[in-house]
Order: sequence, then structure tokens, then C-alpha cells
Amino acid sequence: MNNQMTKTPMPSQEPDVRNKNFKEVALGYTEEMAVNEAQRCLNCKNKPCVAGCPVNVRIPEFIAKVAEGDFAGAYEVITSTNSLPAVCGRVCPQETQCEGKCVRGIKGEPVAVGRLERFVADWHREHIGNDKVEKIPSNGKKAAVVGAGPAGLTAAGDLVNKGYEVTVFESLHKEGGVLVYGIPEFRLPKDIVAYEIDTLRKKGVTFYHNVVVGRSLDIQDLFDEGYDAVFVGTGAGLPKFMNVEGENLVGVYSANEYLTRINLMKGYLDEYDTPIKKHKQVAVVGGGNVAMDAARCAKRMGAEVHVIYRRGRDEMPARAEEIEHAEEEGIQFHLLNNPVRVLGDENNYVSQIECIKMELGEPDASGRRRPVAIEGSEFTLDVDGVIMALGTSLNQLIVETTEGLDENDWGGIQINDETGACTREGVFAGGDAVTGAATVIKAMGAGKLAAAHMDEYMQK
Amino acid sequence: MHKIVLKKQLSHDMFWIEFEAPFVAKKAKPGQFIIFRVDEYGERVPITMAGTNKETGTVTLIFQAVGRSTMLLSQLEVGDYIQDVVGPLGKPTHMEGLKKVCVVGGGTGNALAYPVARGLAEAGVKVDMVSGFKTEELIVLKEEFEEAVDNFYLMTDDGSAGEKGFTTTKLEELIKAGNDYDEVITVGPPIMMKFVNEVTKPYGIKTIASLTALMIDGTGMCGGCRVSINGETKYVCVDGPEFDAAAVDWDVLIARNAYYHEEEKEERDHICRLTGGVRHYE
Repeated sequence: MNNQMTKTPMPSQEPDVRNKNFKEVALGYTEEMAVNEAQRCLNCKNKPCVAGCPVNVRIPEFIAKVAEGDFAGAYEVITSTNSLPAVCGRVCPQETQCEGKCVRGIKGEPVAVGRLERFVADWHREHIGNDKVEKIPSNGKKAAVVGAGPAGLTAAGDLVNKGYEVTVFESLHKEGGVLVYGIPEFRLPKDIVAYEIDTLRKKGVTFYHNVVVGRSLDIQDLFDEGYDAVFVGTGAGLPKFMNVEGENLVGVYSANEYLTRINLMKGYLDEYDTPIKKHKQVAVVGGGNVAMDAARCAKRMGAEVHVIYRRGRDEMPARAEEIEHAEEEGIQFHLLNNPVRVLGDENNYVSQIECIKMELGEPDASGRRRPVAIEGSEFTLDVDGVIMALGTSLNQLIVETTEGLDENDWGGIQINDETGACTREGVFAGGDAVTGAATVIKAMGAGKLAAAHMDEYMQK
Repeated sequence: MHKIVLKKQLSHDMFWIEFEAPFVAKKAKPGQFIIFRVDEYGERVPITMAGTNKETGTVTLIFQAVGRSTMLLSQLEVGDYIQDVVGPLGKPTHMEGLKKVCVVGGGTGNALAYPVARGLAEAGVKVDMVSGFKTEELIVLKEEFEEAVDNFYLMTDDGSAGEKGFTTTKLEELIKAGNDYDEVITVGPPIMMKFVNEVTKPYGIKTIASLTALMIDGTGMCGGCRVSINGETKYVCVDGPEFDAAAVDWDVLIARNAYYHEEEKEERDHICRLTGGVRHYE
């Protein structure tokens, strides 16, 4: 037992160094650090942390293994319920999930579950690897997965483990979904995503790139091809804009576009063709994790970066750690400010963003205090780039092209919340395609739930 | 990977290639586009298909080698492979209820207008085709158009072939001569499409423009291809590529499409030193 009140610190790149490169910020625990941190776990009887995890990782059990120095054993415990531990250990919002429920967090800091999960996954990859992973014998049934993002990869992993012949159809030229196009290299190295996908491939999952289900193929084609069930995990859709003047000016991007140019298309590396502008001053509008990613990327591309968010710091949806990292890296926050319009020059290029100051009023439907504009407080910032990180609305392509697939109230695919089943027999769905923009781990939880019920359905 | 099965050079910088893409060929309809990535380092480039063949499972592109990606594509030969091809994307040309249509193509846009014009004619629509080119050397698909449509009008800016003048002049002449078009469909440089709309506006003829925009994924994720349609933001990849020409904010479209011209120019100077599509840094 270790009575240390705070988490074992995570070694990381210095802010002034890392804000100029795309290498991973947090460097990971050493074996000694991991064992030390693991010894802080009380191994509570009622395991509140497990209940806080969307994929119910048996947290105290794996941490006990780490404390004993049995890292391979810890890996087996984690991967019995979580197929992407190296990813979750890095990008999950642990503070509101497992760590948020940790008893050690009542007086002091919770056990660093995320850092330990990451350590175990990295240790396993570096020391054991996936060379010995073998193809899982087929049970003779075929499952199709649409979309190779967190939801689809989780469903594919669970189904292949049960013996299904799984084929994943991905619309982009690379698997990973938001893990490759959205989350930057400095938070989640792409080699790690590729490794996880390689493991699935070794188990027998087939991946097809460049297939847009709803255009290149439709759901009916998949059943005609002999698939017994289909999982749809196509993610969220169109980026949202503010509907303010000047939003289509040249130099205004959605965060999706800006991040995709950098992360998926590697615009920041010379040998890749995709162009990316090196802005001088960039405004990022929004206060979520995507806004932080976009701001930190723009900083690394050499810009002076201003985050504009209409509510206060306590209301920001981004993880506290991401906000802190961004601040340390020199990103300037303009809280309680809201853009009113984007101004352009004679060539329709962005030149300024006009904002208005806000104050917080009564709580709104989300429970957060509603921001109200302070009349006459408008001001402008000189910028040559604006990145809108305001979330996404749902992509209608699959619903529009699939007979019998109903929409839910907010335009996503309608499912039975307990099974992930859609209104059309044999079709299941989960992740952002159902809920709208959420987190990687929630999508993984949905993929997991659907895979369990697809198994039940296909065994009938 | 998509094997190139046919390649023709149509002019000094215009190329015709046909490559294997059986899934795309099976589903594609006139007006739809694909995105290609020439190799591992390439950008994702949207381009409207010039034709497809369901039997052979092939797709035809006719393109001008103007940017880095199209120049690299033009250096591939029969038997070489294109790394990635995804499609068909976008909504097909709307054809229902049309009886008589004038299709107006400008420059490379003629290649993209061809499957639309042919598709309409095959659907029993009476089609007049006005094709404009800068000069004789740049003319493409003349015989194909002549065979596919009811009336073919060839225009060149310098009068070196067909009639001398702009497509808009011919279009106005045809309308004034009493041709009762249900619709005019235009594919070409934005500036030409903008003027086509100005010709048809006084006559109240519905005019459809096929737009090209910068895009990455092509499925409605990145938002790079947004255009202002009647003041509302729409996406070329999922809402288009065809829009009511009268509703398009042409100036914004033209400016947005020019955003990376400087970078492209640098790339172009760079690629001119390359041969055979081989990159320096491999």
C-alpha cells in the first residue's frame, strides 16, 4: 500500500519544446513508476471504478497485477473487455469515468487508472508484441462492420474473438476513423492505432478501404453478399458552423478539415502533397477537446493561437488536462467571448474576427449557465485563419439509402438502447452515428454492446 | 490499387485514362464523382467521372494535368496502379421529367459534361450540346458528343475550329431562336457557369451548375467543400455536386477554390523536374 496522496507524475515533453513538434506529449510511466502508482489502489470491494467504465475494464484486478509486476497478466485482464487499451489509456476522459469514482480521489488524487492502462498496453506491445497472434477459427458466420473507427473496431474485435468472419468497410484510405483523422499524433501516435488494427487483421478481420456504404455499396448489398448481420459505426457527420457572416471566407475551416489535413493527410510533413497554410494568427472557436486539438496543432504549425469560447472555464467541455496542456503551450484563451462575424479583405480572405463579451445568466437545458451578450462590448482580433470547432451534425447517408432504417429524434440512427439493434432486422448501430458527437470510449462501449447482441442474433 | 488499362493523350496537357474500379463502375450514375489518391503521399482529389463501363468494371477520367496530383496521374502508364479510388460520390444528375435540355461545357468541363449529356440522351431527353474551348488544339470528345446528342455546337475563343465565340453567345442565340429548354446544365470554369446563369436568368430557364470544390473525405466529414447556396451553407460532396446556378455565391466559390494556388504553383515547379512519376524522397 502506498499512501501517497497524489498521482505519480507523468513524465512529459517540456511545453516550450513540444509546442514546436508533433511527437507525443506524455512520455509514459517506467516500470517503477507504474508499480508505485498501482500500489495506491485500495482494491475496494464494490469497485466503483469498474461501474464508471463504459467497457467495464476489471480495473482493480489489472492494477493488482501491475503492483505485483505481472504486466503480461495485467494486459490479459484489460483485453478481456477492452480491445484498444493503448488508445483508451491515452484519450479516455478518466476524470469523469473510472478515476471520477475512485475512493482515493475523495481525499487527494484518484489512482491514475488511465496512465496505468496505457503503461500496460505499451509494455505489452514493446515486450510481447502481436507476432504470435493467430487467426481465430471461423464459426461459419459472416458479420459486416461499416466504419473502422472506435465503435467499428471494437465490434469487429469482439466478433472476431467469438469466431465470426468479420469484414470492415472503411470510407477513407486508412482505418481508425477519428483516431487517425481527428486526434493528433502528439496525443495518440498513429503507429499505435496501426498496431491495434494489425492485431485485428492477424486475428482474421478483413479490411476494405475506400468503400462508402450508402454509395459504393448499400446495406442490402451486404446481406446479398451473405453477411448475417451488419454493424453501422459511421461516426458523426457534417461539421457545424455558427451561421454568422463571413463563415465561408477563405481561411475559415471546420476543425475536422484542419485536423484531417494535418493528421490523416500529414500536411505538416514535407513529403506529403496535401497543402496546409502556415497561419500567423489563428482563432479557434469552441471549448471542447476538438477545439484543444485544433488549437495545439495550429500552435505547432507556428501560429499565435486564440481560443474563443462563449462560456467560462468551468463550463468548457474539454478535459481539464487538455486545457492545461494547451495553456502551458502558450495558447491564449478568450473565455466568455462569442464571435459575431468574420471579416475578410478584398480577396475574400479572412482578416479579422469580431467578438462580443458575454456574461453568464441562468442555467439552460444542459445545466450550464447560459451565456448572455453584453451589449456594446464588441471588439476585433486580427487573424488570418479561423477554425470552427463547434461539434457535428449527423450524416444522413446510411439512413437515406437503407430501407427500413429509422432515424432518432436528433437525426441519428435509431437503435434499441439495450441491444444496439436498429429498426431493420440484422442491422445494429452505435457510436456517434447514433448519438451525435461523443467520446471514443462511449463509441467503444456501444460497439461492444452491439457485438454481444449481434452474436445472440446470429446464433438464433 | 487500381490498374490502368487504357491511356490516351488528348492534347499537350489533357489525358484520358481508364482504370479498374469494379465497385464504382457498378454503381456510378452520370454527374457523380470519385476521389483518387495517386500514391501514398498524394492528396485526395475529387474529379467527376467521364464514363464508366459496368461490363469491364472500369472508370474513365478525362483530366487536365495542371496540379501536382493530376501531373503525377498523367505520368502513370497502362499497367501502373492508382493507389486509392473511392466512389461514386455525390448525387447523380436529376433527369426525371426533362424533355429538352441544353448542356453547356467549357474546357475540361466538357469531359465532365459528356456522361451527363449522353445519360440524358439515353434517357430519351432531347439534348443540345454547346462545347467551348480556347483553341482547336484543346478540343476533346468532339466525335463522342456528335454521336451522343441531338445537336452539337462547337465554339472556340479564337475561331480555329467550329464557330468563333463564347458558349454563352451560342446559348443565347439558341434560346432566342425559340428552343424551349426545360433546363440548362453547365459544367466548366466557375466564371463561365456564372455567365451562363446570367444568360438564362431573363428567360426564366432553370440552370444547373456542376461545381468542383476543394474537399478531403468526400462524405460530409471535413466541410472543406462548403458553398453558399441562397445564403445557406451547403456541401458539394453530399448536397451536390449539382446546384441551382442562380443560388450559388460564385465569388466565394472562386476565392475558396484558389486558396492553395500558391502552394500548387510551387509543387508544379517542383514536379516539372520529375520524370515518370517517381518521387525524390523514396
